[in-house]
Amino acid sequence: MTPRTMFDRIWHAHEVVPETADTPAVLYVDLHLVHEVTSPQAFALLAARGLRVRRPDRTLATLDHSTPTATAELYGHVPMRDAAAASQIAALQRHAAATGIELLDIGDRRRGIVHVIGPELGATWPGSVVVCGDSHTSTHGAFGALAFGIGTTEVGHVLATQCLLQRKPRTLAVEVTGTLAPGVGAKDLVLAIIARLGVAGGTGHVLEYRGAAIRALSMDERMTVCNMSIEAGARAGLIAPDDTTIEYLRGRPRAPAAADWERAVAAWRALPTDSGAVFDHTETLDAGRIEPMITFGTNPAMGCAIGATIPARDDPSYRKALAYMGFAPGERLAGRRVDLVFIGSCTNSRLSDLRAAAAVLRGRRVAAGVRVLVVPGSEQVRTAAEAEGLAAAFVAAGAEWREAGCSMCLGMNGDIAAPGQYVVSTSNRNFEGRQGPGVRTLLASPATAAAAAATGCITDPREFAHRGD
Amino acid sequence: MEPFGRLRSRTVVLPATDIDTDQIIPARYLTTTSRTGLGRHLFAGWRYTTDGAPQPGFALNRPEAAGCAILVAGRNFGCGSSREHAAWALYDYGIRVVISSEIADIFRSNALKNGLLPMVVDAGLHAWLLAHPGAELEVDLDACRLRLPDGRELPFTLESFARHCLLHGVDELGHLLAQTPAIEAFERQNGR
Ligand code: SF4
Repeated sequence: MTPRTMFDRIWHAHEVVPETADTPAVLYVDLHLVHEVTSPQAFALLAARGLRVRRPDRTLATLDHSTPTATAELYGHVPMRDAAAASQIAALQRHAAATGIELLDIGDRRRGIVHVIGPELGATWPGSVVVCGDSHTSTHGAFGALAFGIGTTEVGHVLATQCLLQRKPRTLAVEVTGTLAPGVGAKDLVLAIIARLGVAGGTGHVLEYRGAAIRALSMDERMTVCNMSIEAGARAGLIAPDDTTIEYLRGRPRAPAAADWERAVAAWRALPTDSGAVFDHTETLDAGRIEPMITFGTNPAMGCAIGATIPARDDPSYRKALAYMGFAPGERLAGRRVDLVFIGSCTNSRLSDLRAAAAVLRGRRVAAGVRVLVVPGSEQVRTAAEAEGLAAAFVAAGAEWREAGCSMCLGMNGDIAAPGQYVVSTSNRNFEGRQGPGVRTLLASPATAAAAAATGCITDPREFAHRGD
Repeated sequence: MEPFGRLRSRTVVLPATDIDTDQIIPARYLTTTSRTGLGRHLFAGWRYTTDGAPQPGFALNRPEAAGCAILVAGRNFGCGSSREHAAWALYDYGIRVVISSEIADIFRSNALKNGLLPMVVDAGLHAWLLAHPGAELEVDLDACRLRLPDGRELPFTLESFARHCLLHGVDELGHLLAQTPAIEAFERQNGR
């Protein structure tokens, strides 16, 4: 038999109708995740056509994007800042109740950022197709699921038919050889990959991350890597399931149970790409050469090692980006003052991310004049972080500790910075105005963000590792 | 969805590369539960000053941009978020065609579902269009050809099903619903 890629296997297993020259494939969706921002118009579409939700049992909804993260606002002790956000939240509550879709509502201990809770609940399975009206659905690819973001009209298509019309994307293997150096993490790795591929390097492709450095990553780290696949323009990013994946899923509430578990594991073990399978393209990186990374521009590919100087490039869009950031070519980033630090988002808000940040901040004080916002990815992460003393360490250092949500990753819920401010952020997008009009975002790892919080300026987190606690 | 007929319009040009969906429609306008009315927030961060006045010099604010239905943008237009609000905002504003040398996947798919033609052209034609703002173009979707002011007709690419749907105003959901027997059979055979 011809050797096949994992992507090819998953694609074929979900083809309800294969593609032809004239028509795209009808692709079956195993799990449809829904949130409040990209769903109201889809429910309206169904209502207008008198259609029902075909498989409420394969649909899971949560509230995360326009949801407040301040406790009093979230639980209604004071009104939400934005009436439109409140009505959007009410709309999903109404639609879920009317259609029988399970909603992890405000007050539910399982609520959180859609891409954090899917894996956490064990709902994301290897070999499945997962979609959501959200581009960072690529996160779930960490489990060897074909997971990609869709628009609102397609959300309507999946609600009505549990299927999507799709043309088959091409494949790009990202081979990461070697070992990450001490003090260098998954966020640094993915920022280095995106800097290499460029923001459009993955357009039309599904990435498969491979190689020794990928195999060595924990599930949390794999999710950080796959999360940002879309920042290279890719539809999805995949990592083959292995013992790490299986141990993560074992016993989770929505993972297969009993006899189903054994059968599922056997199927998952058969998923990885065959040796000799051909990808449309391959990129190779040496993990050992990667250093802690930070971005300096207005797209995630504009990143460099934290100790480097900003490169010069003869391109008007590049110059415009640097002007927006208030930076100049040749300038050093390390040592620049920052105003705010955001630790959160579906890229870096899991327990291990908070541990990495707390390891830097424990026993220290946030630098004078710096605001630090720590927003856990889910209510379960929040509870666990509180139980093991991470939250207390953040608060003692002078950081704000919040309820779960997207928060300042996209600033829809009112968590934003002021024009001109510099924010070191563990999120995934540094686009102009993403964290508020005129705000300058520098993407980095949780350790780098915490180091900036402690010093008030861009700092190589490895300095803290040497100093110890 | 309206069928996409032949279209003749002058172009408005935004030469920046990698124009992301946060520029097309900033997140603060996404709390709407409707598809319409987003045109006034299109490119809000670039189009308005902080006190809400039109930003002088921004291409869409120039008098000659009024009524233009074709937007020519730098490489990799529409990258970033899956927010369909980006396509809705462009359409609501009056844009019917977005031309670039590369267009991001999800934006492309969203545009097509809303009667907005995402047109990918080769680097040479792209460079010419970027250098000639206000050029009067004619789009022939049936033949996948773009007519330039000097009468030259150049091809552009569009996937065949997408072209069919756009041309005839066909709604993809109708096509999917027609597959219901196949979907039911798939569910039975695969234990879904
Ligand atoms: S945390 Fe940010 S990137 Fe992730 S789902 Fe929320 S808004 Fe999107």
